Amino acid sequence: MEFFRIHKDIPFMKRALLFNIISLVTFLLAVFFLFSRGLHLSVEFTGGTVMELHYKEAPQLEPIRQALDKAGYTDSLVQNFGTSLDVMIRVPNRATENSTKVSEKVMSTISAATSSKPDLRRVEFVGPQVGKELAEDGAMALLVVVCGIMIYLAIRFEWRFAVSAIIANLHDVIIILGFFACFQWEFSLPVLAAVLAVLGYSVNESVVVFDRVRESFRNSRMRGFTVPQILDHAITSTISRTIITHGCTQMMVLSMLLFGGPTLHYFALALTIGICFGIYSSVLVASPLVMWLGVSREQFIKPVVKKEEAVV
Amino acid sequence: MNRYPLWKNLSILLVLVVGLLYTLPNFFGEVPAVQVSASRSTVKVDSVVETRVLEALIAAKIQYTGTIRDESSLRVRFADDKTQLQARDLIEKTLNPDPKDTSYVVALNLLSASPAWLTSLAAHPMYLGLDLRGGVHFLLQVDMKGALTKQLDATSGDLRTSLREKKIYNSGVTRDDLTLTVRFSDAAMRDKARNLVRDTHPDLTLTDRAEGSEFLLVGTLSPLEQKRIQEEAVKQNIITLHNRVNELGVAEPVIQQQGADRIVVQLPGVQDVGKAKDLIGRTATLEVRLVQENAELSGTAPAGADVFPEIRDGVSVPVFVKKLVVLTGDRFVGATSSFDSNNNPAVSIKLDSAGGRIMRQVTRENLKKRMAIILFEKNKGEAISVATIQGEFGNQFEITGQFSSEETNRLAILIRSGALAAPMEIIEERTIGPSLGADNIKKGFDSTLWGFIAIAVFMCLYYRLFGLISTLALGANLLLLVAVLSMLQATLTLPGIAAIALTLGMAIDANVLINERIREELRNGSSPQAAIDVGYARAFGTILDSNVTTLIAGGALLAFGSGPVRGFAIVHVLGILTSMFSAIIVSRMITNFVYGRRRKLDTLAIGQVWKPGVQA
Repeated sequence: MEFFRIHKDIPFMKRALLFNIISLVTFLLAVFFLFSRGLHLSVEFTGGTVMELHYKEAPQLEPIRQALDKAGYTDSLVQNFGTSLDVMIRVPNRATENSTKVSEKVMSTISAATSSKPDLRRVEFVGPQVGKELAEDGAMALLVVVCGIMIYLAIRFEWRFAVSAIIANLHDVIIILGFFACFQWEFSLPVLAAVLAVLGYSVNESVVVFDRVRESFRNSRMRGFTVPQILDHAITSTISRTIITHGCTQMMVLSMLLFGGPTLHYFALALTIGICFGIYSSVLVASPLVMWLGVSREQFIKPVVKKEEAVV
Repeated sequence: MNRYPLWKNLSILLVLVVGLLYTLPNFFGEVPAVQVSASRSTVKVDSVVETRVLEALIAAKIQYTGTIRDESSLRVRFADDKTQLQARDLIEKTLNPDPKDTSYVVALNLLSASPAWLTSLAAHPMYLGLDLRGGVHFLLQVDMKGALTKQLDATSGDLRTSLREKKIYNSGVTRDDLTLTVRFSDAAMRDKARNLVRDTHPDLTLTDRAEGSEFLLVGTLSPLEQKRIQEEAVKQNIITLHNRVNELGVAEPVIQQQGADRIVVQLPGVQDVGKAKDLIGRTATLEVRLVQENAELSGTAPAGADVFPEIRDGVSVPVFVKKLVVLTGDRFVGATSSFDSNNNPAVSIKLDSAGGRIMRQVTRENLKKRMAIILFEKNKGEAISVATIQGEFGNQFEITGQFSSEETNRLAILIRSGALAAPMEIIEERTIGPSLGADNIKKGFDSTLWGFIAIAVFMCLYYRLFGLISTLALGANLLLLVAVLSMLQATLTLPGIAAIALTLGMAIDANVLINERIREELRNGSSPQAAIDVGYARAFGTILDSNVTTLIAGGALLAFGSGPVRGFAIVHVLGILTSMFSAIIVSRMITNFVYGRRRKLDTLAIGQVWKPGVQA
C-alpha cells in the first residue's frame, strides 16, 4: 500500500509567495480575533470558583440563575457542561468575601432553588494571586520553549533555519489562540500545555525537512540543483512521512476527542488545530523563509581553499 | 549486518521483563482496607497493637484477607466495603475506648491488591493524582508578617513581666509594626534594662534613642532572626495541620511546604469534604488576655481595651479585655476536655515552659480577676472562654464553669485548632468527588486504548510486517512508560493520561521515519539488508533532533507548571525518553531477529515499494 505515488519533485517553491501570503492572512485574522474578542480564560488564570454539579434529572437553568442573582452573585455563569444533567457554575473572585465560603453558600442557594439536590462532583477555587502567578508561569514557559528551540536549532543546523522554524511555528501557536478567541473556547492550563506540546511537535516537522535539506546539499549527486530545487526535493521526499505521522497522531487525538470527555475536550481541540496547521506551516512556510533568508550550499559544505600561486 | 550481539539482545529483553514486572501491580486493582496509625508521637503501632486488632476481628467473626505492617502504620485488608466499614468501627472501639483521648487514627484506605512478592520488589501501582482518585487539595498562604508581629507581641509580654520582676521602672512597652519600644525616665534604668534584655532576649537588636525627656530602648529583629521565625512559623503550622488532619482520619494526607511561605494540603479519598474544609480552613489564632473590669458600666470600650463578643447559648455578650496580650496560641501545647474534682466537665490546658512562666506571673498578680481566651479568625475575634482565676498556676490548669461536656469538647477542639504560629489563608482549593475520579480514569484509558488500536491497524495495513514491528515497539513504549511511572511513583493526573496518549501518537513518528527511509532505499535499488541498515542509520539523526525539541517543550512545562499540568509534563518527558529507546532499539532488535540471519534476502515485507516509471 503506498499512498504517495510521486513521480517527480513537486515544485512547491514556485508557489512560495502564495503560501506565505495565505499564512500571513490567517495570521492577521487570528491576531484580529485575539484583540477584538480576547481569550476566554479559565478560572485558573482569572481566579474565581468553579463548581461542577450533577443532577439526577436535567435541571432548569433559569431558576438557578435567578437564585444566584438574588443571593448577590450577579456576575456568575451557569451553563450545561457535557450532558444536560451536568451543570457548571462559575463565580468570579470578590475581594470582600471569604472565597472558601463561596462554594458552600452557592451550594445551599442552589439546593433551595431546584427540587432535586445535586451531587457536587468538583470544586475548584483559585485565589487572585495564584491565578496571576499561573498566568505568568505560563507566559514564561512559552518564552523558555521558544528560546530553547531557537538555540538548539541554531547549534544543530544554522541560524537561518532557527529563525524560519520559530517564525513558522509561532504562527501556528497564534492560529490556535486565534481559533480559541474566535469561538470563545475555554483557555485553561491543559490547553496551554497542549499549545506548548504542539510547538515542540511542529518544530519536529521543520527539523525533518531541514535535515533532508542539509543531506541534499551535501549529496554530491545533487550538486547541480538550485536552492529552490533542493528545497522541493526535501519536501517531496518527506511528504509521505509527514502526512502519515500527522495522520497517526491525529487518530490518537481524535480518540481523545471522542472518548476523553469534556475535561480533555479543549485540550484535544488545541492539539487537532496544531496538528493540521502544523503540516502547512512547518513545511510550506518555514522552507520559503529559509530560502528568502539566503540559505546556500556553501553553508553546509566546508569551502576548499585554493592556494593562489604567485605569478612570477 | 543486521545483527545485535547477544549481550545487547539480552539486556534489551531484561529491560522489557523488568518493565513488565513493574507494570503488573497496576492490573491488580484495589481492595478496601483499614489503616491504623499513631496520632501522637509517643504512641507506637507495633506487634502488640497488631495482635489486639486481629484478635478483636476474629472475636467479632470479621474476615480479613491480609495485613501489612510497617514502622508507621498497620493496614488490614478486607474483601468488600461493607466488611471494611464494620471492621473500622470495631477497631476504633477497640483501640480508642475513650473517644476524647484518641491515641490511634483509624482510617479507611484503598490498598493495591498486588501479591506480596511484587510488593517486596517495591513494585507499586502508579500513584494516582487527586483528579483520578477524588479528594481535596488546598494551598495555604502563611501570613509571614503576622508571624513576626505575633512573636514580637509575645516578646513584649515577656519583657513587661521580667522588667517588673526586676523592678526596672519603665513607662511602657509598646509594639509598633515590627519594632518594640520601651520608655524610661532616666538613663540608668535604661542601661539596666538593656543588660537584662540582652541576657534574656539575645535575638533582639537594641538601639538607644532619646525622645524629648524620655529615654527609649528600641528593639528590632535582625533579618536573620526574622527569617528564622518565619521558617519556624511555617513548620509549626505544618505540625498543627497534621494534628487537625489526623482528626479527620484520612489515610495518606500530604502536608508539605511549597516555596517560602506556602503549605500544600492534599487529602485523597476524603468523603466528607465540608468537614475537611472546615477543619483545615479554620485558620485561627489564639490570644489570652485579662478582662478589663468595670468596663461594662461605661458601655463602650475604654482606652487600652478591646471588646469582643462572647456567644453563650446563642446570646452575644460583649467582653472587654485589655489590649495587652498575655499569651499567644503557640504557647498552648494541648487542650483536652476532662472532668474537674467535682466531676463537672472542664477543659484541661497545658502550656509550654515559657507559657507556664508567664501564666504563673499573671495568675499570681491577678487572683480572683477574670481571664479570657480569644479566638481570632479573619481578624475578627470571639471570646471563647471567660473564667475567673482561682489560684496561682503554671503550665497546667483547668477551665471550669457551667460547661456541658459538649461545650468542653468544642472548646478543646477550638483551642487546639487555634494553636497556629501565624495566620493562614486558603488561596487555592480543588475538590474532586470520588465518582468523577473513577470517571476520569475510564475516559483517559478509553481514549488511549482506541487511539492505539487505530494506529496499530493502520500501521499493519500500510507497512505490513514492518508495521507489526512498529506496533510491537509502540506497545513496548507503553509498557516501559507505565513501568517507569510506577517505579518513580510519579503522580498520574488526567492530563498525564492525555500525555500518555499524545506520546504514543508522537512516538510512532520515529517508526514511520525509519520505514519510509527503508522504502526509499529499496526504491533507489539497495539490497534489502543494506536498506534496513541504512534506513535505521539515516533516520536516527532526524529522530534525535525532533525528540530534543519536544523535550525542550516538555522541560519548560515541567519547570513552570504546577498541579495537573506538571503531571502532563512529567509523563511527556518520560514518554519521549522511552519512545526513543523502544522505537529505535527495540524495533531494531525485532527486525534483526526476523531478517538478520537470512543471507539471501530478496524482498522485505514492508508493503508496496512503489517505483516510479516501472512498466507492468
